[in-house]
Amino acid sequence: MTTPMLEIRDLHAIAGETLILKGIDLVIQPGEVHAVMGPNGSGKSTLANVLAGKPGYEIVSGSVLFEGRDLSLLAPEQRAREGIFLAFQYPVEIPGVSNMYFLKQAVNAVRAHRGIEELDAMEFLQLAREKMKLVEMSDALMNRSVNEGFSGGEKKRNEILQMALLDPKLAVLDETDSGLDIDALRVIANGVNALRGPTRAMLVITHYQRLLDHIVPDFVHVLSGGRIVKSGAKELALELEEKGYGWLQAESAAG
Amino acid sequence: MPNESLEQLATRDYEFGFTTDIEMDIVEPGLSEDVIRFISAKKGEPAWMVEWRLEAFARWQKMVEPHHWAKLSYPPIDYQAIRYYAAPKKKIQLDSLDELDPELRRTYEKLGISLDEQKRLAGVAVDAVFDSVSVATTFKKELEKHGIIFCPFSEAVHKCPELVRQYLGSVVPVNDNFFAALNSAVFTDGSFVYIPPGVRCPMELSTYFRINASETGQFERTLIIADRGATVSYLEGCTAPQRDENQLHAAVVELIALDDATIKYSTVQNWYPGDAEGKGGIYNFVTKRGKCAGKRSKISWTQVETGSAITWKYPSCILLGDDSVGEFYSVALTSKRQQADTGTKMIHIGKRTRSTIVSKGISAAHGQNSYRGLVRIQKGADGARNYSQCDSLLIGSECGAHTFPYLEVANPTAKVEHEATTSKIGEDQLFYCRQRGLSEEDAVNMIVNGFCKRVLKQLPMEFAVEAQKLLGVSLEGAVG
Repeated sequence: MTTPMLEIRDLHAIAGETLILKGIDLVIQPGEVHAVMGPNGSGKSTLANVLAGKPGYEIVSGSVLFEGRDLSLLAPEQRAREGIFLAFQYPVEIPGVSNMYFLKQAVNAVRAHRGIEELDAMEFLQLAREKMKLVEMSDALMNRSVNEGFSGGEKKRNEILQMALLDPKLAVLDETDSGLDIDALRVIANGVNALRGPTRAMLVITHYQRLLDHIVPDFVHVLSGGRIVKSGAKELALELEEKGYGWLQAESAAG
Repeated sequence: MPNESLEQLATRDYEFGFTTDIEMDIVEPGLSEDVIRFISAKKGEPAWMVEWRLEAFARWQKMVEPHHWAKLSYPPIDYQAIRYYAAPKKKIQLDSLDELDPELRRTYEKLGISLDEQKRLAGVAVDAVFDSVSVATTFKKELEKHGIIFCPFSEAVHKCPELVRQYLGSVVPVNDNFFAALNSAVFTDGSFVYIPPGVRCPMELSTYFRINASETGQFERTLIIADRGATVSYLEGCTAPQRDENQLHAAVVELIALDDATIKYSTVQNWYPGDAEGKGGIYNFVTKRGKCAGKRSKISWTQVETGSAITWKYPSCILLGDDSVGEFYSVALTSKRQQADTGTKMIHIGKRTRSTIVSKGISAAHGQNSYRGLVRIQKGADGARNYSQCDSLLIGSECGAHTFPYLEVANPTAKVEHEATTSKIGEDQLFYCRQRGLSEEDAVNMIVNGFCKRVLKQLPMEFAVEAQKLLGVSLEGAVG
C-alpha cells in the first residue's frame, strides 16, 4: 500500500485555549476529494488551520502525517512549500503590494524549495496569464494590491488562482463558497475541477451542500462537536441537505 | 595649557589674514570665539563669513537646547566636550574587499550595492575600469556646460561669494533654533548647488555625489538655489550603514526655488542606530527648510530615515510665491531603542499654494516614532490647500507610535484634509503570506514595503530599490 497523502489519527487540537478537535481520524489518498461538512462551531475551520499550521492552533494529542511526515514539526511556510495549500475563507488584504508581485514571490519561494529554477517577470507573467483563464481573472486585478478592494467573489477567485499557480499536493478549501452568488460559484468550481488530478488531493470544507453539486466529492464526512460523526459517499451530502444536521447530532449523542 | 596654544594659533592665523598654512589639524574640545575663528581661518573664509559665524555663536549662547517639547529622551549633551574641528582623516586603504569586515560586507550585499560601489564605500583602491576621478570629471564637465555650480560649500564661498552671501541663512536664519545656530557657528563643510535660469539639471546630483564619496561631516551645511524655471533633483545619504565617531550631528539644509523652479530633495539616512540597548548611536538634529520664493515654484522633500539613535528633523516648506507647491514624503523606521520625532511644516503664505504630506512611521522592537507636523495657512493665502496622510505601523508590542498634528488656519477659503491611521502588522497577514510559502522575514518586508510604497516611489529609481532592501535589513531581528 502506498503512503497516504494525509493521515490524521485521533487528533485533538486547541484554538487559543479551547479544545475544539476531540479525536479526528481521516485518511486521504492522492487523487481523492473529501468533503467535510458540519454546523457552525463544529471545528471545520480549526481543522483547516491546524493543517496549515496557523499560530494559535495547537495539536495536543494524536498525529497528522503528510506523506508520512509529522506535520507538527514543520513551520507554516515549510508546509506550503511541501505542497499544502489553504484557500482562505477570508483572504486578507495587503495594501501596497501588487497581486502580481505577491504571487510571483510565492511561486518562486515554492519553486526554490522544490529545486526548480525561479521564474523571471516575463516567464511568470506568461504562467499567470494561462492560469488566470481558469478562473476568468482580469489583468486589472493582478495589478491591484493583494485583495484590496476586491469583491467577495474576486477574492475567492484569487485564492483558486494561487492554488493553480502553486500546484499543491493537498489543497484545503475553507468555505470557499461562502459569500458567492451562483455565477461566481460556478466559475470557482470550474477552476477547482480543472485542478483535480490523480496526484492531487483535496479537502473541501463547506457548510452547504450546493458547492458539492459543482465539486463532486469522493467522500463526505460530517463534523460535529470536534469529531467526525458520519462518513459516506457523495449521497450523504444530499441526505444532510434534506434532514439538516440535527439528526446526526442527536444520533451521535445517543450513540 | 592646550588652550593657550590654540589661542595663539587662532590669533596668529587671524593676524595673517588666513593665508598661511595652518599646520594643526585638530582643535581641543570646546567651543569659543577662538575656535570659530580657527575654523574660519582653516577654510580661508572672508571676513563677512567669520562675522556671520560669530553672530550665530553669540545667539546660540543665549539659546536653550529644545530638550522638552520633542518626544525624545536622551542624556544631556556636553557641548564643551565636543571637538569642533578635525581635518578629514584619510580612509584606511584596503587592497581588496576580502579584507573588509564580513558583517559589513554581508550588509552591502543584502542592500544590493554593486561591487564597485562597495569598494568605494569601504575605501578599497579602485581599479582602472572604474576610475572614480575620471567619472567625476566627466560629470563635472557636463554640469559646467549648463552653467551649474555644484561644489563643496567651502569652495562656493570663494567661487561665488555673492550667491552664498545673498542666500545663506535666508531660509534658516542663524537664530532659528538651537541646533541651526550651532551649525551656523561651526559648520565645516557641505554642498552648494546653483542651477541657472531655465536649466534642467541633466542628472540626479546623487550620481556624482555618490561617486565622489563626499565625507559627511558632523555639522554639514547645504545650500541649493534653483533660479527661475530651473529644475534639480538632489539626493543625499546612502543606504550603506554609516558609522561615525561623532555622536552629535546637526546639519542645516536650505533650499530656494525662484519663479517656476522645482527642487526635489531626497534623503536616505542610515546612520548607526546604536546597539540593541541603544548605546553608541548617532544623535541627528537636523534643520531642513525650503523656500518657494517664486511663483509656481515647487519643493519636494522625500526622506527615508532608518538610522540614528535619535532623529529630530522637520523638512519644511515656506510657500511664499503664489501657486507654489510643497511636498513631504517620509518613511521613518525605528527599531532597537531608536527614537524619531520627525515631520514637517508647511507654511502657506502665497495665494493658491498647495501642500501634500505623506508620512509613514514604522515602529519595531523598542522603537518610538512620532510624527509632528504643522500646517499653517496665513491670512493672505486665499484658496490654499493641504492634504496630510499620516500612517503608523507597529511591529510587536513594545514599540510606540505617536502623531502630533498642528493646524493653524487663518484664511476661510483654505481646504485642509488630514487622515491618520495606526495599524499593527496583522497575524493574519503574516500567516497568509507564510501559507503561500514566504518566510516570516520576507513576509514582513513585503508588508512594510507595501505600507511605504507611496513614499518609496517618490525616490529616484536606483535608490527606491536600495531603500526597499534597507527597510528589510533595518528590521532584521525585530520580528519573531
